[in-house]
Amino acid sequence: WVCHTPIRLRELIRTIRTARTQAEEREMIQKECAAIRSSFREEDNTYRCRNVAKLLYMHMLGYPAHFGQLECLKLIASQKFTDKRIGYLGAMLLLDERQDVHLLMTNCIKNDLNHSTQYVQGLALCTLGCMGSSEMCRDLAGEVEKLLKTSNSYLRKKAALCAVHVIRKVPELMEMFLPATKNLLSEKNHGVLHTSVVLLTEMCERSPDMLAHFRKLVPQLVRILKNLIMSGYSPEHDVSGISDPFLQVRILRLLRILGKGDDDSSEAMNDILAQVATNTETSKNVGNAILYETVLTIMDIKSESGLRVLAINILGRFLLNNDKNIRYVALTSLLKTVQTDHNAVQRHRSTIVDCLKDLDVSIKRRAMELSFALVNGNNIRGMMKELLYFLDSCDPEFKADCASGVFLAAEKYAPSKRWHIDTIMRVLTTAGSYVRDDSVPNLIQLITNSVEMHAYTVQRLYKALLDDISQQPLVQVASWCIGEYGDLLISGQCEEEEPIQVTEDEVLDVLEGLLVSNLSSPVTRGYSLTAIMKLSTRFSSVNRIKKVVSIYGSSIDVELQQRAVEYNALFKKYDHMRPALLERMPIMEKTASNGPTEIVQTNGEAEPSVVEPKHPPPVGQPASQVKNTVFGLVSRCLSLMAFYLFDLSKTVNFLSIGIPPMTAYNKNGLKIDFTFERANPNPNVAVITIHASNSTEADMTDFVFQAAVPKTFQLQLLSPSSNVVPALNQGTVTQVIRVLNQQKLRMRIKLTYIHKGSAVQDLAEVNNFPPQSWQ
Amino acid sequence: MDGWMDGWMDGWMDGWMGGWVDGLLLTIGITSSFQMQFMLLFSRQGKLRLQKWYVPLSDKEKKKITRELVQTVLARKPKMCSFLEWRDLKIVYKRYASLYFCCAIEDQDNELITLEIIHRYVELLDKYFGSVCELDIIFNFEKAYFILDEFLLGGEAQETSKKNVLKAIEQADLLQEDTKVSFSPSFLMVWSRNAAEVRDSCRGSEQADWV
Repeated sequence: WVCHTPIRLRELIRTIRTARTQAEEREMIQKECAAIRSSFREEDNTYRCRNVAKLLYMHMLGYPAHFGQLECLKLIASQKFTDKRIGYLGAMLLLDERQDVHLLMTNCIKNDLNHSTQYVQGLALCTLGCMGSSEMCRDLAGEVEKLLKTSNSYLRKKAALCAVHVIRKVPELMEMFLPATKNLLSEKNHGVLHTSVVLLTEMCERSPDMLAHFRKLVPQLVRILKNLIMSGYSPEHDVSGISDPFLQVRILRLLRILGKGDDDSSEAMNDILAQVATNTETSKNVGNAILYETVLTIMDIKSESGLRVLAINILGRFLLNNDKNIRYVALTSLLKTVQTDHNAVQRHRSTIVDCLKDLDVSIKRRAMELSFALVNGNNIRGMMKELLYFLDSCDPEFKADCASGVFLAAEKYAPSKRWHIDTIMRVLTTAGSYVRDDSVPNLIQLITNSVEMHAYTVQRLYKALLDDISQQPLVQVASWCIGEYGDLLISGQCEEEEPIQVTEDEVLDVLEGLLVSNLSSPVTRGYSLTAIMKLSTRFSSVNRIKKVVSIYGSSIDVELQQRAVEYNALFKKYDHMRPALLERMPIMEKTASNGPTEIVQTNGEAEPSVVEPKHPPPVGQPASQVKNTVFGLVSRCLSLMAFYLFDLSKTVNFLSIGIPPMTAYNKNGLKIDFTFERANPNPNVAVITIHASNSTEADMTDFVFQAAVPKTFQLQLLSPSSNVVPALNQGTVTQVIRVLNQQKLRMRIKLTYIHKGSAVQDLAEVNNFPPQSWQ
Repeated sequence: MDGWMDGWMDGWMDGWMGGWVDGLLLTIGITSSFQMQFMLLFSRQGKLRLQKWYVPLSDKEKKKITRELVQTVLARKPKMCSFLEWRDLKIVYKRYASLYFCCAIEDQDNELITLEIIHRYVELLDKYFGSVCELDIIFNFEKAYFILDEFLLGGEAQETSKKNVLKAIEQADLLQEDTKVSFSPSFLMVWSRNAAEVRDSCRGSEQADWV
């Protein structure tokens, strides 16, 4: 048995770095870990420090090091400074405040907080301030408070930040630090000043009473800031000609919090803010950092208008700065102030629009958001030109948002209906595949309501279809339009531009082409079949249409088949109703602000709907909203159809109203149902609500629902409504799950609860998700 | 049946989201409006050189965050700005030679001053090691931590004077030379050697290497 000296840390590092493969490295690590483990077992005091240090290195490489946790505690308890240093470092890296092991540190830390050497006290303060749990903070707050009052500035500054951490963990303890804050700001030491300001900031943010109490510090803070600016060169704190920028920024931030909503305080800081704003050197990042903070403060407090304009102008200058970081920050700030200081920001509109051409993605995004915020009735034409140009050339990740923004802006400020339609056309033809699905019904509504533009619109859309049938939103809107206004198309009635000559057959060729094309999505096919059907009351080629409809009666696409069957029925049994049913859509009232949400759920089709009386309204929507949907307006048809077509009952809904709920789990009296909605604004996110109910005679307590999904999905769980599932179905626990998915959804669930005194755990798979939840 | 089950289990275990999600911890979460949540140093190959976490997270979560963030930052092109939005945090990063310095700050925080914080830390490392390079951080990672812990505490700057931070490190280093910590501060004044001297005498030889 040869007892060898554990190898040195740097030797180990050197060795590990010679490994040429992951496997080789793993082997070295395993060997060393084994050696370290046996060394730990031997309770070797001499080399414990070295071994833990090596363990920390290996931990950084990603290898497990939990067997070193207790060793860290032993090192902390040692009298050697070297041991303590590594021990505390190890504790901060390996110990997790959620484990109980860290509580064993409390006593050591307490002793070290009272150590005779300030560097040991410093280690303890640092560790407590970095990772102290609530229990530790409670136990040691008194020690920290004591050190906050010491005259030793090395310790005082650390105690201040440690106090910040204590307050964050245990807000109720804030009061006990109040006396110690009394003369913190009279310190000359910058470290103490800086950390004191941080502490005061934390207290003011958390408590309105503290905030009110500390407002009296404003004059003192102003004085300190003034001294920093006016004082001569101080080598110790100088950064590119600016004296202690870190302290300046923190003071400005505290002033912001103190001045917010308070006239007197705001006035007291007005001058110093103006001074900083005008005198700070802007050639380097550090000066701009201070200016930035100053601007944020000016905008948040009750500053006089001159000061606000000064602030916005600083941001305007930032926009022209060569440094892209500064430009980014300017755009972010302007976005925050555009509502409150709209006119001031408008003055920088052209610079902002130029930022659309920036190479940086984040800058482009902000510039786009800001541009949309600046659009108004006066600048709509010019702005739209820029934004459409941007839409043409921007990255795909922007197109959807930009298109939506254009639609919104056009709707609000369109100078004319013709301009509006043209703008929509431009978006659909240039970015048609990126347009959100929920834009389709919105556009349809818009077109319907622009009565005098119908002929022009249908003509333009028809021509667009001749060019390109790949962009689904465009094709869907076009199909719908042709179905509605096909008669105008063939009659050559267009006033706005040269009317085209087109025959019924040509139009039907185009629509039938959509049905057979590989490029068309199932939804698009639905649109075109319906459009063809509608033309049966507008065109004379009814036989052709009848033939098409009957062919699709045996389509393998279930949706298409259903429609075709229904349309066939219309021809055969209910022909007298056909004209009324397929009549022009009336002008639709604007729905409430939730318009898109509802429409997303209904497949985006503006078709007459049949709401079977026994169908529940779409999940998550009150009944009144269903009534107000665009499609609900065709109510005169509804009752008629419901009456006459009830024998097609099972399938007569042209719309899918909601996604049906399902039972995900049902065992031992615990039943978990899932209900679904599509999230707004991202329709690819499925929002699932779980409803857990308990039919046994005893409550299920400590109920925890967990879920896991395959890697291709993303999952988010919000907090449950409670963790007791009451007995005898007296209530349910609900919890919301959000899944980002575009494929067949699979989920594994894990349930744990306590029932009649014993702990129950179960795992289950959920595979029976309805297809609509992931399509 | 057995074969099928096995295959499916593997599929789950392997490519699975990284843990059971139980609604109690969602993302990192905002602790207050201004706080640095963590700082990561990593190489251009994505190797972690230092990780300082100022919020409580499990090892698994830290690994996941690190992996994601490293990937995101390394994918950035040189012309892009030093800030990016990630989850509900702002990431401030800067590359110094072969090392990326990456900080996660909260929504209300000042990105520009965070760049200065990063720069100050680099300056401290540079002064301590004398023209610092990645190798210094690799071989002396514990010292990099010690320096960071004298500069920041709980994610905030505790000392704004470069000189004072370096002096404290120097004194603490000297304390390591002795077996027992029973010195009072006055005794330390007798030692006048500076840290650079001590370190230079160590470079190359291992005698004074204490770990």
